[in-house]
Amino acid sequence: MTSLHSPDDVSRRAFLEAVAKTGGQSFLFGSLFVNTALLRLPQVEAGAKARAESETGKGVIYGFVVDTTKCIGCGSCVRACRAENGVPEGYNRTWVEQYTFYRDGEVFVNSPNGGEDGFAEQLPTRNRPSGDEAPMRGFFVPKLCNHCIDTPCIQVCPVGASFKTDEGVVLVDHERCVGCGYCVQACPFGSRYLNPETGTADKCTWCHHRVVKGLLPACVVSCPAEARIFGNVSDPDSKISRILATNRVQVLKSFLGTRPRTRYIGLDSEVI
Amino acid sequence: MHHYITEGYVLPNQAHIYWTTMIVLYPYITGIVAGAFIISSLHHVFDKDELKPVSRFAMVMAFAFLLFATLPLLNHLGHPERALNIMFTPNVTSAMAGFGFIYSTYLFILAVEIWLVYRTDIVHLYQHTRYPALKPVYWLLALGILDISEEAKRVDRRVMIVLASIGIPAACGLHGYVGFIFGAIKANPWWASPLMPVIFLLSAIVSGVAMVMLCYIVIHWLQRREINGECVHALIETAWYFLIIDVALEMLELINHAYMANEDWTILKQLVTGKLFVSMFIIQILLGSVVPFFVMGYVVVFKQRVPAMVRNLIGVCCGLLLLAQVAAMRWNVVMGGQMFSKSLRGFLNFQVDLYGREGLIAGAVILCLPFVVIFVFSRLLPLWGGVESFPKEWMKETPPVRQPLKGWSKFTS
Repeated sequence: MTSLHSPDDVSRRAFLEAVAKTGGQSFLFGSLFVNTALLRLPQVEAGAKARAESETGKGVIYGFVVDTTKCIGCGSCVRACRAENGVPEGYNRTWVEQYTFYRDGEVFVNSPNGGEDGFAEQLPTRNRPSGDEAPMRGFFVPKLCNHCIDTPCIQVCPVGASFKTDEGVVLVDHERCVGCGYCVQACPFGSRYLNPETGTADKCTWCHHRVVKGLLPACVVSCPAEARIFGNVSDPDSKISRILATNRVQVLKSFLGTRPRTRYIGLDSEVI
Repeated sequence: MHHYITEGYVLPNQAHIYWTTMIVLYPYITGIVAGAFIISSLHHVFDKDELKPVSRFAMVMAFAFLLFATLPLLNHLGHPERALNIMFTPNVTSAMAGFGFIYSTYLFILAVEIWLVYRTDIVHLYQHTRYPALKPVYWLLALGILDISEEAKRVDRRVMIVLASIGIPAACGLHGYVGFIFGAIKANPWWASPLMPVIFLLSAIVSGVAMVMLCYIVIHWLQRREINGECVHALIETAWYFLIIDVALEMLELINHAYMANEDWTILKQLVTGKLFVSMFIIQILLGSVVPFFVMGYVVVFKQRVPAMVRNLIGVCCGLLLLAQVAAMRWNVVMGGQMFSKSLRGFLNFQVDLYGREGLIAGAVILCLPFVVIFVFSRLLPLWGGVESFPKEWMKETPPVRQPLKGWSKFTS
């Protein structure tokens, strides 16, 4: 049996001490890591990048208004978005929903292929054994990312790949995203998807790459009915500000408290 | 990712299910880790002597499963090569960002704990193994530290108990946190619930106890070793108690949804009575909860009057049922939450893949890997107790059986 102060004992003790020290150091390092500005790195970098890219200057806050009373369900926006952003088939950064109401209270909602090819009928008749039944009313609702102020997708991203620019645009850093899909689950609106081509989360950017060049988002430009309005909400003279000042607007799923920046005119309570 | 057949109106991006088999498997594996560790701690920290025969095995099992807990996640990630970003650039507001730290802390605690528990045996085997080729392996396992003096053992014991005591909240943290990942998603009415971490933790303990119980009895049968009746009884009792609290909370969650009948209950009701009917009412509740409750309750109530063979059979059957219960629970939470659309107007017909990266076969392989580790471990070190339980033909000399220390004496003597 080795004595109390044998070299083995000393080495063992030294080892245990080392273990304790390393453990302590790792913990300390971890906490420091968590508590320093280092953590903010992805957001800071991305923010700086966005600022550098942006030619719109300081104080710009973008907003989006969807006027559901004007949408004709042509699907131009969906096609334009796909072409502009190379959205893979089967996924959508924007889509159009058709709501049809019948007299007995039934609500029929559909969005074939995201509304990309338009809709077969403006007001679909319902086939019943007693004969075809005309609907009571109906409308189209274009949807896209809400670019929420208190957005759950940024909150849950484990690596800080989702971030918000100073102009209020929610973006994904595809160089940093690990493709875990947590943001996809956390988005209450189904705006996000995992892009099978890049293996990363993807979503509507309000065509950030166009906006920084002073252009409008592709869906806004392509809409023949002017149902989509995009602009600087902090400028009181902008078109979007005037629309917001003269209309009653709503947001989707307001009860979740995400404070969307995409607002809707003429939203029905059936639209969720 | 597939484009699944949908019913009703499903939001376009939700025609895909993003979290599948691997994300069901991940909480299942960490659950077994947490449960097995609790069993081991009941002996090491709380002196529950009846569990002594399985305490070491439970710890090894926890370690073996923990080693592979990240595998389903890595297999699922779109960019597994960036996985360490979760530790390099963690986002403090993300529940998921804690994973790297919680996991590595727990792995460290468990590794050191096992090393301390086995250190004396490793040194003994280093000195007495019949196979010279294994000598360097044992030296490496001992990290070159060959001191097994009484003083050294006393220090070991102290560190061990402190680590085990930290390990219990760490195990709870590891698994409670997994529940939080789901419970904190307000976008999903099937997940959003403060009960979720508690339910995950309790079902984790149930699955861990069940796995230890099943393995203990089956491996002893296969190796024709004597099964300790008291130990099986204690395992059944522990599983029974945790099952009761677990199922009570699971039912509370469901009943609360139904009773409050919020806007989302319309679709959740269709979900549980339709797509989840078999996995929820038949497997999780009837076969996995009600049947084991009564069968194990019989063992708990009648104690020694239950014949050993019957008790063991009940242990095996209920072990399997409980493992199925927890697997079904994980499935119902993870997949159930993705089988309906956030439009609350449509469903997805999810088909499980057999092949492929996230298929059933890949899942089964991952689930088997911990057992490979346990097997290799059992060739090197004793699983079911001290070195005295190790095959005698593998050693030159067997040490005398030591009386285990209890309570404060672990610290003082």
